[in-house]
Amino acid sequence: MQNQDQPTLDHRKRDFLKYLLGGSFVAWVVSIFYPVLAYLKPPKQGEVEVSSVKVGKIEDIQKDSGQIVKFGNKPVILVRKPNGEFRSFSATCTHLDCTVQYRSDMGVIWCACHNGKYDLNGRNIEGPPPRPLEEFRVVMQGDEVLISKNV
Amino acid sequence: MKAILQNLYAWIDERVHLRDLVEFMGKKYVPIHQHSIWYYFGGVSLFLFIIQVLTGILLLLYYKGSEELAFESIQFIMSKVEFGWLIRSIHSWAANLFILAAVIHMFSVYFTKAYRKPREITWFTGMAMLFLGMGFGFSGYLLPWNELAFFATKVGTDIAGVIPVIGKPIMILMRGGEDVTGATLSRMFGFHVAIFPGLFVVFLGIHLLLVQRQGMSEPIGFENSPNVGSQRTMPFFPNFLLRDLLLWLLVLNVLAVLAVLFPWELGIKADPFASAPSGIKPEWYFLFMFQTLKYIPAQVLFVDGEVLGVLLFGLAGLLWTLVPFWDRKSAAGQQNRFVNYVGIFVVLYVLLFTILGYVV
Ligand code: HEM
Ligand code: FES
Repeated sequence: MQNQDQPTLDHRKRDFLKYLLGGSFVAWVVSIFYPVLAYLKPPKQGEVEVSSVKVGKIEDIQKDSGQIVKFGNKPVILVRKPNGEFRSFSATCTHLDCTVQYRSDMGVIWCACHNGKYDLNGRNIEGPPPRPLEEFRVVMQGDEVLISKNV
Repeated sequence: MKAILQNLYAWIDERVHLRDLVEFMGKKYVPIHQHSIWYYFGGVSLFLFIIQVLTGILLLLYYKGSEELAFESIQFIMSKVEFGWLIRSIHSWAANLFILAAVIHMFSVYFTKAYRKPREITWFTGMAMLFLGMGFGFSGYLLPWNELAFFATKVGTDIAGVIPVIGKPIMILMRGGEDVTGATLSRMFGFHVAIFPGLFVVFLGIHLLLVQRQGMSEPIGFENSPNVGSQRTMPFFPNFLLRDLLLWLLVLNVLAVLAVLFPWELGIKADPFASAPSGIKPEWYFLFMFQTLKYIPAQVLFVDGEVLGVLLFGLAGLLWTLVPFWDRKSAAGQQNRFVNYVGIFVVLYVLLFTILGYVV
């Protein structure tokens, strides 16, 4: 009996040492790699929160045309329909991130990257885009055209 | 002169035993048979990589990796720096020839089954270098910060972003943020000139060491071929090496002709607030995947088409890389037709979809 007890105690001691060493090894590895991995993750940059941007005077914007407007750090498209109405959407294609444009010859918002098409309500009507474009609001302030977030 | 060299050799030999090294370098033999020509493409890839390192370092002397300066610095290289246009043109052309040579080398190893035991590690390091080569191409493409590259990078990194769970972190890691910006350029620059070359050299070292140590593989059934005993091998040093050098000279000439007659274009500077121009295409070696994505419908059984495509290509690439493990027959010295059929299918698929990418 005595003889059998002895090894178990030894084993326990050895296991304890094994875990201690193993544990500190893991901790050591983590303490090296965690800072590196965290460093690779770009910090959140304070996004410039814009609620609206001025585009220009109504009479300077031609009917049946489109333009890209800088909205904070995102591109937004402002379209003036042939009937003079304004519409505005996020210009970032919902497919793979290209920037869309207005095509007066087709009467659609078009993405050159994979031939995606949206109608003038921003709905994806042809090609690979899976979702409609996010809509922005167009506000008139006197004779100035403003674009603002649709809240 | 000769005496000085001999003395120098003896001086070094006395300290570091060069003799062993020379023996190690010299003891390899290259088998001679009808498919011997394929043995040259690894050497050509190596040569082109060396050219990339040399011209890349030269470009680094003037290139500036920032959103405001990248495009202008390359304009400067091309118009003001003497022979700057040539160095840049060579770097761009050699990049493409490098991928081409490495792809041919990879397929030749695949079809001759040179990956079979005991050369699995050589195959894995080779595949790693091929993927790294594509990484070099992708990251280098953005460096001039022109319109085409800007949108191609947006699309390329967005595709990586569709992979479930790990896609988004990978995309942010590659872009250095949510969008493609100057931060992306800095990252790609770091990948291109520091991280990738460092990794590449490690794999290259293992690859070459193994080739030297294990010697060249012989085609299956080579031992039993009729002309046994007759001249079936040639010494690597100096016979094969001299042929290698001759071919390198040829490649250098082709490269020079291409670089001079078709100088690489710069295009127009990227503007994050301009619409994407038409004709956005990735580099030709990504085109077959890009083209496939166009044919997959937007939704397949509740799964986004893109997700399905990316996962399928990922799986295919993984299986291809693991071929030494699932091809047991070749390792046992038997013919494995299945491997050939898979290989032929892949070659035809890549060719077809690359051509479609150009004509459609
Ligand atoms: C297999 C290796 C390499 C490949 C495939 C490759 C590929 C490329 C590509 C496609 C470009 C864009 C060319 C252009 O449109 O101008 C580029 C640019 C550049 N590469 Fe590399 N490269 C490789 C190795 C290196 C190395 C080792 C260095 C430096 C250590 C380097 C430094 C540069 C620099 C500074 C540029 C920007 C200048 C420019 O675009 O003309 N490259 N590389
Ligand atoms: S990114 Fe717009 S259609 Fe693909």
